[in-house]
Amino acid sequence: MENGSVLQEVKLLNDPQLNPRRCSQVITMLLYMLNQGEAFSKIGKLGLLLLWHFVHFVVSIWYFAVGIAYMLESYLVASGAFKEYKTHDIAKLQYLAIVIESGEAYETSKVITLLKWLAAIGVKHICLYDTEGVLKKSKETILENSNATFWEGLDKRSSLLDQKLMTIEFASFSDGKEAVAKAANLLFVNHLKLGGDLMAPIFTERNITDALRAIGCKGPDPDLLLVYGPARCHLGFPAWRMRYTEIVHMGTLKSMKFGSLVKAIHKYTMVHQNYGR
Amino acid sequence: MEKGSNVGGKTSNTYTGKLGSLLRKCVFTTLSVGPIPNHLAFIMDGNRRYAKKQNLKEGVGHNVGFSALMSLLQYCYELGVQYVTVYAFSIDNFKRRPEEVESLMDLMQEKIDKLIEEESIVDRYGIRICFIGNLKLLKDSVREAAERAMRATAKNSKSVLSVCIAYTSTDEITHAVQESCREKLDAIEQADSHNQEEGNNLLINLVDIEKKMYMVAAPDPDIIIRTSGETRLSNFLLWQSACSHLYSPSALWPDLGFWHLVWAVLNFQRDHWFFEKIKKQI
Repeated sequence: MENGSVLQEVKLLNDPQLNPRRCSQVITMLLYMLNQGEAFSKIGKLGLLLLWHFVHFVVSIWYFAVGIAYMLESYLVASGAFKEYKTHDIAKLQYLAIVIESGEAYETSKVITLLKWLAAIGVKHICLYDTEGVLKKSKETILENSNATFWEGLDKRSSLLDQKLMTIEFASFSDGKEAVAKAANLLFVNHLKLGGDLMAPIFTERNITDALRAIGCKGPDPDLLLVYGPARCHLGFPAWRMRYTEIVHMGTLKSMKFGSLVKAIHKYTMVHQNYGR
Repeated sequence: MEKGSNVGGKTSNTYTGKLGSLLRKCVFTTLSVGPIPNHLAFIMDGNRRYAKKQNLKEGVGHNVGFSALMSLLQYCYELGVQYVTVYAFSIDNFKRRPEEVESLMDLMQEKIDKLIEEESIVDRYGIRICFIGNLKLLKDSVREAAERAMRATAKNSKSVLSVCIAYTSTDEITHAVQESCREKLDAIEQADSHNQEEGNNLLINLVDIEKKMYMVAAPDPDIIIRTSGETRLSNFLLWQSACSHLYSPSALWPDLGFWHLVWAVLNFQRDHWFFEKIKKQI
C-alpha cells in the first residue's frame, strides 16, 4: 500500500468546502485502503509461513534420502562388504558410554540387543545412561539377559583390559550435577574437620575427582559416547567425565543398526586427538 | 555475505555487500517464522589446519579465523541471537609451544583493543563483552586489555559476547565449588558472630554452585557448533550443554559461513520440540 495515496486522501479532508457526502466518500476510501494494507500484511505473513514450511519440507526430504543411504551403507558394512570395517583396534576403546533418550529407554529388549551387538564387536566396558534413570530400574533384567556384570569400579585403568565378562555401569542425571554438589559438601566438611575454618578453601580438579570417587561416582571418562535419540545432545551425561569424549549421534533406538554401530566404533579408533596442543 | 566485504565488522558499501545484506535479511526473515536460538556457542577449531591447507604462514590462520568470527557475529546478531559464546583459548592450549602461545596472546590483545574501537561491530549491535575463564593465568597486558573491554562495554545491553579465554569446564566447576564453599564458610562465621544457629544450613546446594559458575549470566546454549568435524567438546560448557544441540560441520573455522549458520538454525528448529521436552525433564 502506498503511503502517498493515503496522504493524498487525508489532505482532501483539509478542504474547507468539504461537504458531508464528499467527507463520507474520503473516509470510506481510507478505510478501504487500511483494509487492503492489513490484507497485504496478512498475505505477506501467510506467504512467509508457507515458505518456511516449504524449506523445512525440503530439509525433511534431504534427511529421508540420507536415511536411506545410511541404511544401505549399514547393511553393506554388516555383511562385510567394506574391508576397512572388518578389523579395528578395539583395545583403543577402553570405555564406551551409551546415552539413550528416556522415552526409548523403556524398550529393554532393544537395549539388550544393542549390548549383544557390542559384545560381538568386542566392547568390554559400557556405561548406560538416560536422564530419568529408566535404565537403572531395569538393571537386573538387562544384566541377566546380556550376560554381563555390574560395574563395581576399578582403581587402575590398566586392569580394564583384563576383564573377561562385559561390565555395565548405570547412570542418570543425578550422577551429574547433583553428584558434584554432594562432592562439594564432602570437600567442605573435610575442610572444616581439618581445622580449616580460619582459611579459605583451595580446591584442585584432583580434589573434585577424589571426592566424586568417594561418594560412589567411580566410572572412568568414556572414550566414546553414542547417543540414541532424535537429536545429537548428551542429555546431561555427567559433565566431569566428558572432557575429551567423542560424541556421536546414532539416530533413534528404534532405528538402530549393527552396521552403523560398527562404523561408529571403527571411526573412533581412527581419531587422533591433540588434547589442546 | 562474502567474508571480504565484512572484515572487521565494517560493512562494505559495494554492490555485492548490499546484495548480500539484502539476501541475508530475506533468509533471516523466513527463518524467524520458527524459533530462533537465544544462545549460540562456537568452538573455533581448525585455524592451524587452514593455514597449512592454504600454504600460509603459521599464525595467519588465526587472523583469518578472527575475520570469520566477526562475520559470524554480525550474522548472529542480525538473526536476533542475543548471546554468543566463543572458545578462544583453553587452559590446555598453554601446553602448546611457547612461541605459539605468545603469538596467540599478542593476537588476542590486539583484537580485543580493536573490538572496542568506535564503529566496530560492538558499537553497532550494542554488544556487552564478557571474558570468561581463569583470567589470572593470562599475562598482565592481555588481562588488562580484557578488563578494559569489559569496562568499556558494561553499559551495552542489546546482546552479549562471552569470550572463553584460559577456560575449561572442569576449572569452572572447581572454581564454583571452591567459591560456594568460601561463601558457606563466611555465612557460618557471620551466623556465629551473631550467635545464630546455622543448623541444617551447613549444606551446599546445587543452586549455590551454579551461582558461582563463570557462565552464570548467560542462559544455557541452544546450539554448540564445533568446526573441523571433531565430535568432542574438549572441556567446553560441559555443565551447561545438557539440552544443547551439538553440531559438528566438517568445515574448518575460517571456512565457516552464513549457510552453515542457516543449516544449524534449521536443524535446531526441526528438533526444537525435543529440546523443550528435555528441558522439562531436567
